[in-house]
Amino acid sequence: MKEVVRITSVLTLVCLICALLLSVVYGLANKKIEINKEKRVEDALTILAPEAINVEEITLEGETIYELFDQEKNLIGYGFIASGQGYQGKIKMLVVADPTLEHLSGIEIVESLETPGLGAKIQKAPFKDQFKNLSVTKSITCIKNDLPKAGQIKAITGATVSSRAVVNTLNKRIKKIRELLKRN
Amino acid sequence: MKNFIKGLWKDHPVFRQLLGMCPALAVTTSSMNGISMGLAVIFVLFFSSLVVSLIKKIVPHQVRIAVYTVIIATFVTIVDLFLKAQFPEISRSLGPYIPLIIVNCIILGRCEAFASKNTVRSSLRDALGMGVGFTWGLFILGSIREIFGAGSILGIRIMPVNYNPLIIMILPAGAFLVLGLLVAVMNKIEE
Repeated sequence: MKEVVRITSVLTLVCLICALLLSVVYGLANKKIEINKEKRVEDALTILAPEAINVEEITLEGETIYELFDQEKNLIGYGFIASGQGYQGKIKMLVVADPTLEHLSGIEIVESLETPGLGAKIQKAPFKDQFKNLSVTKSITCIKNDLPKAGQIKAITGATVSSRAVVNTLNKRIKKIRELLKRN
Repeated sequence: MKNFIKGLWKDHPVFRQLLGMCPALAVTTSSMNGISMGLAVIFVLFFSSLVVSLIKKIVPHQVRIAVYTVIIATFVTIVDLFLKAQFPEISRSLGPYIPLIIVNCIILGRCEAFASKNTVRSSLRDALGMGVGFTWGLFILGSIREIFGAGSILGIRIMPVNYNPLIIMILPAGAFLVLGLLVAVMNKIEE
């Protein structure tokens, strides 16, 4: 009986101390992590729409959309977040499109848990550059072997699932945003 | 000193004990990833060994593995939060492999086989030796794969412009090939 009490109390004590330590570290780091996440979205906006001087955040039916204005206060495009299931976790990306939502200015992956060296390449230039000036009037498709034609994205070798996840998430999200803007 | 040295070559965690294969194979697609993972493991190994060695007398034998796992998980989570807060780039490129250090058998292995039976001083030396050994192992693995698979090292291009990268080196198969060759080379030298 004495032994049971000893075992339980040591294990409980260790867990308590660890939990306490972690909550302290989390308290210290959490603020910084949230700032990093916001900064990542801001940086992505600057990369995709460098000419946007003024960015206004609007909320339509609970969805956040960034309206991008140039120096003369003309609407030059929309930015919005798209997220969907990737190979290992959620892929979250920022999408910037022209005001008619016909062409993309590009995408930036803000958060993802894809395999380093493989799926994680969705964040890198050769893949994400394919989305620059991409026509999205029709759904885009993801292909594996041939050279991509208009409206097609070539998947990353060895990371077809991640590539497809980006394309599918994008298609769904653009459709949603288009309907949303039409209604409002 | 002996405790520190043995992890660097004689009992090298990756090439001789074949421990920690999951991170050694998975993250070594580039030399930088190898170094970052190695440093994270050094930190976790150092502090886990310290704590385990300090409390070795009060931990009941029956629940020792549970206690070690909780301690290791705590330090891994600290590393994960620290990287996310201070080095978001590295955190993004290592992705899910940082939390997976919890199940890295080198750490539990050293806690169980060494730190729980030895003094704090020798445990720390052992942890540092194993950690540094692991780091150089991953750096070499990552470098070889990056040189042949991407034509660069530490992100700097070193192969001629017309070099056509061997994609297989960055794919999982390349990790096994390079690891096998390195283990063979080490065995040969030992002979």
